[in-house]
Formats: sequence, structure tokens, C-alpha cells
Amino acid sequence: MAELYEAIQREIAKYPDRRGAILPALHLAQEHYGWLPPEAFEAVGEALDLSPAHCLSVASFYDMFFLQPVGDHVVEVCTNLSCALVGSDRLLRQFERELGVHAPGTSEDGKVTLRRVECLGGCGWGPVVMVDEQYQEHFQPEDVAPLLTELRSTPRPSESHA
Amino acid sequence: MPEGPTFAEPAATALLLPFAGSRRELAEYETHGGYGSLRKAVGMSSQELVDEMIASNLRGRGGAGFPAGRKASFLAQAEPRYLVINADESEPGTFKDREIILRNPHALIEGVLIYLWMIRGAAAYIYIRGEYAKEASILEGAIAQARERGYVGAPLLGTDYVPEIVVHRGAGAYICGEETALLSSLNGDRGQPTAKPPFPAVSGAFKRPTLLNNVETVATVPTIIGMGGAAYAGVGTEQSTGTKLFSLSGHVQRPGNYEMPLSATYRDLIEVVGGGLPEGRSLKCFVPGGSSMPVLMPEQLDTGLAFEAVVAAGSMAGSGAVIVIDERTCMVRFALRTAEFYMHESCGKCTPCREGTRWIVELLRRMEAGLGSSEEIDLLLNICDRVEGNCLCVLGDACAMPVRSHIRNFRAEFEEHVTLGRCPCPDDAPMAELYPPLLRAPLPMVTV
Repeated sequence: MAELYEAIQREIAKYPDRRGAILPALHLAQEHYGWLPPEAFEAVGEALDLSPAHCLSVASFYDMFFLQPVGDHVVEVCTNLSCALVGSDRLLRQFERELGVHAPGTSEDGKVTLRRVECLGGCGWGPVVMVDEQYQEHFQPEDVAPLLTELRSTPRPSESHA
Repeated sequence: MPEGPTFAEPAATALLLPFAGSRRELAEYETHGGYGSLRKAVGMSSQELVDEMIASNLRGRGGAGFPAGRKASFLAQAEPRYLVINADESEPGTFKDREIILRNPHALIEGVLIYLWMIRGAAAYIYIRGEYAKEASILEGAIAQARERGYVGAPLLGTDYVPEIVVHRGAGAYICGEETALLSSLNGDRGQPTAKPPFPAVSGAFKRPTLLNNVETVATVPTIIGMGGAAYAGVGTEQSTGTKLFSLSGHVQRPGNYEMPLSATYRDLIEVVGGGLPEGRSLKCFVPGGSSMPVLMPEQLDTGLAFEAVVAAGSMAGSGAVIVIDERTCMVRFALRTAEFYMHESCGKCTPCREGTRWIVELLRRMEAGLGSSEEIDLLLNICDRVEGNCLCVLGDACAMPVRSHIRNFRAEFEEHVTLGRCPCPDDAPMAELYPPLLRAPLPMVTV
């Protein structure tokens, strides 16, 4: 907790108004908790001198903040136009079959959360899949099983993905 | 395993990315003349720099194409002032700013420093979309190198001006690419657009005068200062000067980012550098500037890439994202997938967009499921008319314009869905598994 508070203070120093640090603070809180539980909004609100309700209202606006628990790994398949034209529809269904869930959903073993997302900005190298905030491009249905095998044997990324 | 991006060899005319591969190290960038324009700029006054920008006639590369020099001249003089770089690249089909950051990050940092010096900004904030985690860390690395070299966080090149640059990550919201929404987000609120006035030039980041520019616009400034505004204006067309990055995707042999002089045509881009469509396929239409723009038809391939040429052809150059669509593609599905995106990204603040995008999606889903009627095709056009021009920002227009264009250009295809009572496309057509027949039952009201 103290560590998260200190990290948020370092972000606040970059802005003339501490409210500006709310997105960095929410990113840090999500790295800390794995998602954004109610106590995350208490922590961010306290550090920024904002109400937890305001922090929740901001977080709920964005797709990258998880307001519910997620699996150890998050796999996000772009199904926007450029990727959809080159087969991300088949790719998404392959992930769903292999994981036994419909997107958005988490596999029964709690290992992998599958989400369908909008354009990731990799349109020329599609289909694009984002795995724990890292892009994998030219992703094909036959790449699904090897990736999932790897993810199932890998622990949750604990530190910053950047 | 899947490979990362592969970068094309540059054209001889390239100015922004005139090399293959990447130059991420400051030393390497300086070996090729990097930060030379910054030294030149520091010897010039703010007015001289603005005049140089105006002479270049550079038009903003974010989508609207507004003259960058004039925009800079509007900035209110009250201090502190801020510079904000829009790296929230999210218009479907667009991935050019990412290419600049991956391959030539110091061109952006040098451009930021020239801009900062020009406006004597208190700091620059690079608002980068949250998904670009790798790109954000590349920028952090480039800024750290520039800081070490004394270009950031210290008096700039013998002056008493101290520039500061902060990388600010977004968190996944298309609307934050709209300038007032971006500023709401940076100011710690939900990323919703606000009414203008006040314009950002008067009240923007932290309620202070703010100049906001796209990554490519700013990264082009070192080139302009280096070669001189008048020389830069000699490239391209009279109204659309210089070169610009085009993001080519979809049904094309060699997708990727290509830097083209603005005097080139869509045929040059799609057929010459892009290699045309895959073997045995033919062109149905193409998106000329991001998914919010009306499509152009095969007979319009000779349209110029210049802003004014695309407008004359009935569309807009937008962000320079070109999506190639082959003859197998169902345009109802294409319209539906487009509209679903804008519905998802509507911030919900104003009614025509929030409700209009939802009704457009509902009607297109019925149409794709074979449950639509001819009257509903007209109803769709009617809704598009009621959305466009009636919203606080252009997101509503961004949904209405392409849907109207798809109906106008491919009305027979929409009618065929009605008369057959199903989608006429074969099972292996693009996007078939996003809209499978089994799901083509009456649909519940959609949820976001």
C-alpha cells in the first residue's frame, strides 16, 4: 500500500494539478491489485484528494480498466474492420473454442480472460492480438493453442508490462 | 510464432522516415543530422518560427487538416501555456503515429522541443493511447536520452528556457483523440468532449492556453525548420504540401505504412507501393481516410491523396488510413461493424450520438439477419441525417457518414438482404464468423 501511495506521488509531481495524475494512478493501482476493486478507488482517491466515487466514474469510462477480477492473463482480440477483413473473426472463435468461453469471459481454471476489443492500431499487421498489453501480430488460428499452452504455465505478470 | 511489424523500404521522396528500420538511439539520430533543426530553431524568434510554419503550409496530420502554422498563431499569450501531443491514434485503420514512435522517436521529441521553444511552453504532455504500452516506453527512453544530453529538464542550448516533456498514457477510449475529450481526460475527468468556446488555445490543459497537435504534425516540424518552409511547400500540391504517412490495410498484398508525397494518387498507394489486391481478387471499394469517411469506388482510384482532391471526390482524407475492400465483402456487415464501433465509443454525453449510433446498429443488425425491410433502409438514411451535424463533437458524424455512403453506393446489396431474408454471402466471406447465421435470430436490445 505504501509502495502504491509513493508511486502515485511520483506521478503527481509531473502535473501542475494533481487531478491530472488520475490515469497514471489508476494504471498503477491496477498493476498493484490485478484489477480495480473498491479499495483501489479508496487508495487512488486518498492519494489524489478526490472522492473514490470520482475515481470510479473516471475508471469506468475506459476499456483498459477492469472493474471485475480477471484471469492471470488477458488476451484481447481486435475485431475492428482491418483485422476483421483478414480473419480475426475466425481467430476469435478459435480462442473461444480452446478456452471454452464466450468473449468476454474467463476460462474455468481462472488462467485466461478473453476479450474482444476495438482497433488496436496494428491494422497493417493483422489480425492483432494483445496478450497482457503486448501486441502479437499476424496472429493465425493455429497460433492459438501454443499461446494458451504457454500462458497456462506462466504466472500472472506482476510488474509493469511496459 | 507471429512476427512483429516489417517495415517497407522508403521511397526516395520520403522526408519523415527516409530510412529502413529504426533509429531509436539519440546518438544514431544525431549522426544523421538529428537535433540540428532544434539548434537552428533556438536561434529564431517565436514569430520567425510561426512564419516558417505558415510558409510551409503544413496541414495538421491528425485528420482535420487545419493549417498548423495558423493554429500555432492563435495561442493565447497568458502564461503558463502548455503543448499537448495527440498520440491517441484510434481511428480504425490508422497506425502511422505508432510507426513514427517505433522507428524515429527522436524526430517527435525534437519536434516537441521546437514547438515548446516556439510557444515557451511550461511543459509538453504526450497523450498516448493506453494500448501503446511499448511505444510509451520507447518515448520514455528517448526522453531520458534527451534529458541526459541536456535537451530536456535543463536550460535549452545556452538559453534560459527549460523544456519539460511528460508521457501520459490513456486507458482505452477512442473519443480521447478528439481534442476537448483528450483535454477532459488529461484534466482528470471522464474523457468527454466539451462545447467550444472556450477553445483549447484559451483554456485547455489544466485550464491554461494549450496548443494541441498530432504526432505526425509535430514530428514533421524538424524537417520543415531544417529545409525551410518554402522548400517544404514545394513538395506535394499547392493546398496540401509535403509528404504524409498513409496506413494501408485490408485486402492488399503489401499492407503497411507508406510515406507518400501529397501529389500522388490512391492508385500509386494501393496498386504501386501496396502491390494491389491479392491474386484473383478485385476491388470493391476503399476507405480513403479512416473508417469514418465515405468510401471511394474503383473508378475513383486516380483521385489524388491531397486533402482537396479527396473532398472533390466526395470524401475526406482524414487520418490517411486506407482500407482496401475486395469484392467478396458484404457491405451490410462492413457498415454494421463500423457502426458497432462508433456506438461502443460514443461517450453518451449528447443524445443524437448516444441514441442515433444505437439505432443505426439495431437496424443494421436486423438487415444483416435478413429481418430488415426497404423502409428500414430509408429509415437508416433518415437517422444518419438526424445525427450528422447535430452532435457536440464529430463522433456522431463519424458513424453517419460511412453508413450513408455504404447504403448510397451499395443499395442493391442492402435490398438483396431484404428480398432474400438473409445475407447473400457465402460462409467463407469476410467477417462471416462475427455474424454467423445461427445468431441471426431476433436480437435483444444491444448492451455496450
